Amino acid sequence: MKCYVGIDLGSTTTKAVIVDENGQTMGHGITNSRSNYDTASRVAQMEATISTRLTLFRQALDSIEELQGNITELLEDLERYFRLELFLEQLDDLHKTSLKSARDLSVFSGGEDLTEALEEIFKQLSSTLELLFAPGAKRKSDFFRDLAGSAYMQVGESVARQLGLSFDTLLNIYDKSIIEVENRPPADNLDDKFIRALDRVLKQSGLSEEMVRKQIQSALDEEIDASYIVGTGYGRVRLPFPKEHIRSEILCHGLGAHLMYPGTRTVLDIGGQDTKGIQVDENGIVANFQMNDRCAAGCGRYLGYIADEMNMGLHELGPMAMKSTRSVRINSTCTVFAGAELRDRLALGEKREDIVAGLHRAIILRAMSIISRSGGVSDEFTFTGGVAKNEAAVKELRKLVVENYGDVTINIDPESIYTGALGAAEFARRAGTENTTPTERLQ
Amino acid sequence: MNTEVIKEASMVMQKEMITRNYDALTSTEESGRKIASTFVPGNLNELIMSFGMLNNLPEINAIQNGMRKKSGPMIMDAERQGHSEDVCTYVKADIGQMSKGNIAPNGKPMPSPDLLLLSYTGCFTFMKWFELLRHEYGCETVMLHVPYTGDGVVTDNMRDYVVKQLKEDVIPALERVSGVKFDIDRLRENLRRSAAAEDNLVWVLESGKNVRSPIDAYFGGVYYLGPIFTAFRGTQEAVDYYRVLRGEIEKRIEQNLGPITPEGDMPEEKYRLVVEGPPNWTNFREFWKMFYDEGAVVVASTYTKVGGVYDLGFRHDPDNPIETMADYCLGCYTNRNLPTRVDMLANYVEEYQADGLLTNSIKSCNSFSAGQLMMMQEVEKRTGKPAAFIETDLVDPRYFSAANVKNRLESYFQMIEQKRAQSRVA
Amino acid sequence: MALKDIIERCTVLHEDMDFNAAKEWKAADPDRKVIGYLPVYVPEEIIHAAGMLPLGVFGGGEQLEVIHGDAYYQSYICRIPRSTIELGVTGRLDFVDGMLFPSICDVIRNLSGMWKMIQPEKFVAYFDVPQNYADGVGGEYYTKELEHLRDGFAELTGKPITNDAINQSIALYNQRRSLVREVYQFRSEYPWKALASEVYVLMRAGLVIPVEEHIAMMKEYLAAANEEDRPLRDACRVVINGSFCEQPPLNLVKTIEMAGCYIVDDDYLLGNRWLLEDLPTDGNALEVLASAFLHHSADTAAKYCAKKEEVGQFLLESVKNNKAEGVIFAAPSFCDPALLERPMLADRMTEHNVPHISFKYAENSGQMQPIREQAGTFADTLKLWS
Repeated sequence: MKCYVGIDLGSTTTKAVIVDENGQTMGHGITNSRSNYDTASRVAQMEATISTRLTLFRQALDSIEELQGNITELLEDLERYFRLELFLEQLDDLHKTSLKSARDLSVFSGGEDLTEALEEIFKQLSSTLELLFAPGAKRKSDFFRDLAGSAYMQVGESVARQLGLSFDTLLNIYDKSIIEVENRPPADNLDDKFIRALDRVLKQSGLSEEMVRKQIQSALDEEIDASYIVGTGYGRVRLPFPKEHIRSEILCHGLGAHLMYPGTRTVLDIGGQDTKGIQVDENGIVANFQMNDRCAAGCGRYLGYIADEMNMGLHELGPMAMKSTRSVRINSTCTVFAGAELRDRLALGEKREDIVAGLHRAIILRAMSIISRSGGVSDEFTFTGGVAKNEAAVKELRKLVVENYGDVTINIDPESIYTGALGAAEFARRAGTENTTPTERLQ
Repeated sequence: MNTEVIKEASMVMQKEMITRNYDALTSTEESGRKIASTFVPGNLNELIMSFGMLNNLPEINAIQNGMRKKSGPMIMDAERQGHSEDVCTYVKADIGQMSKGNIAPNGKPMPSPDLLLLSYTGCFTFMKWFELLRHEYGCETVMLHVPYTGDGVVTDNMRDYVVKQLKEDVIPALERVSGVKFDIDRLRENLRRSAAAEDNLVWVLESGKNVRSPIDAYFGGVYYLGPIFTAFRGTQEAVDYYRVLRGEIEKRIEQNLGPITPEGDMPEEKYRLVVEGPPNWTNFREFWKMFYDEGAVVVASTYTKVGGVYDLGFRHDPDNPIETMADYCLGCYTNRNLPTRVDMLANYVEEYQADGLLTNSIKSCNSFSAGQLMMMQEVEKRTGKPAAFIETDLVDPRYFSAANVKNRLESYFQMIEQKRAQSRVA
Repeated sequence: MALKDIIERCTVLHEDMDFNAAKEWKAADPDRKVIGYLPVYVPEEIIHAAGMLPLGVFGGGEQLEVIHGDAYYQSYICRIPRSTIELGVTGRLDFVDGMLFPSICDVIRNLSGMWKMIQPEKFVAYFDVPQNYADGVGGEYYTKELEHLRDGFAELTGKPITNDAINQSIALYNQRRSLVREVYQFRSEYPWKALASEVYVLMRAGLVIPVEEHIAMMKEYLAAANEEDRPLRDACRVVINGSFCEQPPLNLVKTIEMAGCYIVDDDYLLGNRWLLEDLPTDGNALEVLASAFLHHSADTAAKYCAKKEEVGQFLLESVKNNKAEGVIFAAPSFCDPALLERPMLADRMTEHNVPHISFKYAENSGQMQPIREQAGTFADTLKLWS
């Protein structure tokens, strides 16, 4: 199957989308951007490939009459076990890398042998972490770094105490090793892992083994031929792609939003490091754009900073702000001053939720200015980027858009984080297929 | 990098002119000549020369220091002395240069000026800048207040006011400091030479109207303007320079060549742009290369009009020597109101068949920058051509983010491409 | 009227970004017109003589949320033009019949052109003042500019503006000038009775109501404040400098006071006392206004100082006359004139052993902690020295 890949290298996450020859989205994947964009884009592409496989599985299984009603569960189980396989492989890598780092460290410092401690940590890790992939278990994140990291902290601390070792040294080893592991290109034997995962699924389900296996195998036999890749996003210049395979994120965002909602005329994207206001025409072609100026005030990072200041998770900010009954006016969207302003307000006795609500309003006010600068809102409006997932931000935005531009349709897709990558994939498709219309072939 | 850069005769000439001028400035102790410090927009070079005086332009020194990557430490020096991080970095580079021994770009100590000739055109900062310099040097200062053309026209009252100041304040001050009596005929001669050079300058700038422009009217434009904006307007050297330059450009047109750039001849002309705002000096070459790499040629710019808007018809007029100087000062680009600037930009986009307007917004320069976002929208509305906005600074290296600028430029060029393809289909 | 009521009325006027007082004035007679102006100074007498109301538009203050205004300006430009634009594009100034943008800096200057594009049908003018102070040069130029302005107003109202009418207005504004001086003098003598934050709103009210009302208001204020029995505090006496254009939030004024400083002079709302003396009312009114501007007007960084030794003299005299112990340089962020001039003023203060500190603000500054900290420390240091 011929596929087209779009990769969006953001400052915090890297996203990939795979579309087929007809422009149908087959799969998408996301990973943290790391310090190595090359690996990040390969991991994101791998994730999108996995997601594409699952789509193919579903299509294959859909034809089996007797499976109807069970397919979703089956595929969820399959993915869960597949993830476990993948996870254990990386954990094994981390294990080996840690031992090597420990050896290097002790040769270097003439220090103690940490092998025993590491063996113990990883023994405990693999059993505790495996539970994260049990049916119904909730994972805080899907990134290996996050899952392995927090477990390592817990286990490592108690092991260090038991064995009378320095926890800092163990932490050092982890820090060094995780970077190595994370930046290693992903292994590509995905099919074997799917088969092993399938074995596990079938062992515990009462489904007709032969039929499922045949369909899954046939879906696995379908080659995913990623013939054309287009990269975009802030890190795109770092991609080892030829120039014609690189598109500005503005264009990709505009096109992506158009594909999701063809009526879109204005796009607002609030990302980690920048905020973009984009005007597109009826073909998804960018007519005008504005980004936040040199000063990054009011970008997604601002909320991240506030979350750090308040010792909260980023995802907890929105829900907290929603509890507010009267939002506090915050005038500074300067990230540097945000902490000070926050403490000032707390000292004045303002409620945390009211302050946080005010901060959300402040960031959206900035975004409104950028929209205004790009030409305002005349018709359908699409909000994308990480901040679009934040309900408090969305609430403020809706209010302000209506106040300033009247009753326009506001689109927010839960998958909006993939907007740029989708646009890039579509650019790849248009460049790579012959049978597109002249308008579509535009670059 | 190109090791064997081919120098055109005009480039060699200009380099020699600048060197000679700095040498003249740094050897006044021997020559006994007097120096007037003054500014580029609205400078009175013909008048200064008629008293046998030299001119020293603090902005040009700051630019030279910026291009030689020396301005950063100078600015920080000035900030340590109490100058705000918010204000113009030309001023701070100038003050920093003084505190570093006031070394001229030729490596020799720059003598203190004998006169601060504050012809304050199109920018309020100039006024305080010279007060700051007076604060340091304590030398005689004479002010020429050039009113802003708020309604877009030069009124008789404005002209009379400037003429009166020239007659009653500026000329007597120059006589006093130079010890030379005012000679109107000498002034007329200088003005005549100015007009001759201006004719050829306009021809060169308007060569950007050729599709396949032989010049870059922003990065290259800076060089073409060098002599006429600085110490050479009114000299025979400038007349010669512009004649030679014109010859070179004529040849480029015949040969269908694009602009000369530091990377070599521009191989293709993919995008034609009009640029508003001064360039960044600290990363000048890197900045230019971003355009070169994309095949973007600037066909017209407003920065090349800060020292005089000659393409709209103004020429120094030897028959009305004092009035012509007043008109010159009143007409400089940043002394024109915003509706007039919008008109100019929209006309440039049309007349030079540009793909759009790019604004380089300079943090230091509110005279240019305040209102640029609105100007851009107006030009877009009128021409239907897309516009884009980037931000840098004059000589503060801390305000040049290459990744940021490149990102926006790329987005802009791709947007132009997309629009173009769309109109081809339609 | 009780002091509390006067101040309350002033505070309402100060915070009202819909300018209801001016709207009511205008609504009372269909022939009435309102002319808005930005800081620092315009000759209000001419507007008044034309039967119009001069309305000070001094930014959007602390409360106005700026959305569209930010779309017009980069982050490195001060706040007053953005909030002014916001007032304009949100329709709050639609009732205003004309706008004057005085010559103060490049940003306000350029705003005049922007306004011409935003409201092309309105009377919009850049109001230039001379930087040359010779009667025959700057004076003549300025007089003609004033004539031009007068003729513009006459065209707007359809009625000529006579010399007599301007002279009558000058007489009225003389009254106001002398009362303003009296209020400042009163505060300088009894700073514990006349709080800076109260004087501020009293002066601010003068921007948005007819001069006749302001005159009455100041008289009532003086009477009421004198009656007030407030305890003398152990505070030091400071002069504020650099706040002549974009105004600080009222909270900032209060914060400086609460941190232990009596503000005995300032350059807030300087237009109210721009002309330092009473003007003759029997001459050529425009020449009188011009001459007063050239020879008897207040100083700010927006003016050229013709002689090196005169730089900072105006501030120094204010320090002496008001027996101030120190100077607080408080300028708006990105204010070119104030920030460029500050090092020269600071040097002049140092030469004369006047202690000084400096900080920046914006009209919507939210954090007072750093200001409290700095002003408090300054006050403590001044006490130690004296």
